[in-house]
Amino acid sequence: MHSTLHHRLSGPWMAVLLVLLFAFPPVATFFGQDFYISFGSRLIIFALVASSLNLILGFGGMVSLGHAAYFGAGAYVVAILMYHDIASAWISWPAAVLLGAALAFLIGLVCLRTRGVYFIMITLAFAQMTYYIFVSLRSYGGDDGLAITRRSSFVLDLASDTVFYYVCLVLTVLVLFFMHRLINARFGRVLQGIRENETRMLAIGYPVFRYKLVAFVIAGAIAALGGALFANQNYMASPSQLHWMQSGTLMVMVLVGGLGYFFGGVIGAVTLLLLEEILMAYTTHWAFYLGFILLAIVLFLPNGLASLTLRRTEGATGVRS
Amino acid sequence: MTAPLLELRGLVRRYGGILATDHLDLTVIEGETHAIIGPNGAGKTTLIQQISGGLSPDEGNIIFQGKDITHLPMNQRVHRGLARSYQITNIFRQCTVLDNLALAVQARSGSSMRFWRPAMSESRVIDEARALADKIGLGGRLDTLSGNLAHGEQRLLEVGLALATRPRLLLLDEPMAGMGPKESRSLMPLVQSLSEELSVLLVEHDMETVFQLADRISVLVSGRVIATGTPDEIRHNAEVRKAYLGDEVSA
Repeated sequence: MHSTLHHRLSGPWMAVLLVLLFAFPPVATFFGQDFYISFGSRLIIFALVASSLNLILGFGGMVSLGHAAYFGAGAYVVAILMYHDIASAWISWPAAVLLGAALAFLIGLVCLRTRGVYFIMITLAFAQMTYYIFVSLRSYGGDDGLAITRRSSFVLDLASDTVFYYVCLVLTVLVLFFMHRLINARFGRVLQGIRENETRMLAIGYPVFRYKLVAFVIAGAIAALGGALFANQNYMASPSQLHWMQSGTLMVMVLVGGLGYFFGGVIGAVTLLLLEEILMAYTTHWAFYLGFILLAIVLFLPNGLASLTLRRTEGATGVRS
Repeated sequence: MTAPLLELRGLVRRYGGILATDHLDLTVIEGETHAIIGPNGAGKTTLIQQISGGLSPDEGNIIFQGKDITHLPMNQRVHRGLARSYQITNIFRQCTVLDNLALAVQARSGSSMRFWRPAMSESRVIDEARALADKIGLGGRLDTLSGNLAHGEQRLLEVGLALATRPRLLLLDEPMAGMGPKESRSLMPLVQSLSEELSVLLVEHDMETVFQLADRISVLVSGRVIATGTPDEIRHNAEVRKAYLGDEVSA
């Protein structure tokens, strides 16, 4: 039975991928490339955040240009709590997730009443407002951001890059697993139905706004979790994480990876950050070459890199007649 | 005569200075097939939009099953049993026929705030979608992307989506729109069988269809109902002939 709204994952491939990801730190250490473990954590965190954007952008058709707001807010929750000597990950990470959800709820409540370009602009506006709020918090570093001296305390010692890598990996795998269930469950079908034809969804009886808002809140919460991890990774929360450039980067990740493909966010984040890292090693004008590569991807693979190997999920970017 | 299923009282909708719906009264009786005919620009689609909840009237009331639904949003009207099909095909083009129908069935079979169990494993929903596909004659096209269906088949699906919500009153906005005589014939049996099972409010240009199917006909001209009656009464109504039917019927 064929369904364009159902997204299958290949079990064996997932197993191989997981084994490789879990084997990465010891292998890197063996070759004396410990630095890359930390880089790996960064990739994983951005894969998580980009996937959360893909949930609303690729599966829900909501072109949010303000996703960095939740990401940055999550980072600030960890940094600010740390500043007040609340270091426990058990407190600060859930707090970040809750704040991300609450922020997305409030922003979504307003933005989701608009459509098209207005939606893009108003999400951007809200994210910039959030950005300026954090810039204006002088006691928490203002422009410079808020540095933290150590990572959140947890049952494991997160100061070790390897342990931190595994924590990021496990959390991300769990969240993506949940997201995959969600996409194929009733909720995900409704979400994709709204992307395909919002008017008709209303006409067959769905309270569309409610479903969009719930998706928006879930995406915000996940992005904030990513932010909490990123603050630990980077030892700081910075206003630049909330800046619209960051929202744009996340959107580019999703577009490059594949809008509406389950692994679109993951592939996009990994590709973009890897390219950046590789090009930086060769030239100071890396951004110039990166632009060219992205242009080529968008031109030749308009549905993103995921369209190379994975089954098309029609509609996200497909031809609409 | 049974109780009115739908009652429109003094409905008004303005577009700038134009009265698209002009103090319109209309009653649909339980079980009947009620057709609305009228020349282009008479306000037929505007009227359907207001009944279904896509547009809100500037004045007047819409009473459905004795309850005022004038201010109810579209999706809640659907749950009360008022569903519509569109004149311009409005389906999920990038989804298969089965996906289309399953989405519509899912809409009224409990909450969709469910995040874990794969929807495709809900055989109750899927089976019902299949049965519906059989009913509308698309049983052999379940796996086809609906955007790739022939126009006539898309029109069948269009009606099927509305039907999937299990309406008590089905609003059909020109179900035969854009169909050749041959294609129309494929939709005709479906519309006919529906008109026997449900109450139907039918907007249609095709006179043959209307006079064949309708129990009663209302003639809409410039946003007003100028006459309501059985097909025979309408056929012989002098005012209607003057305003709309012209020589077409007398010939």
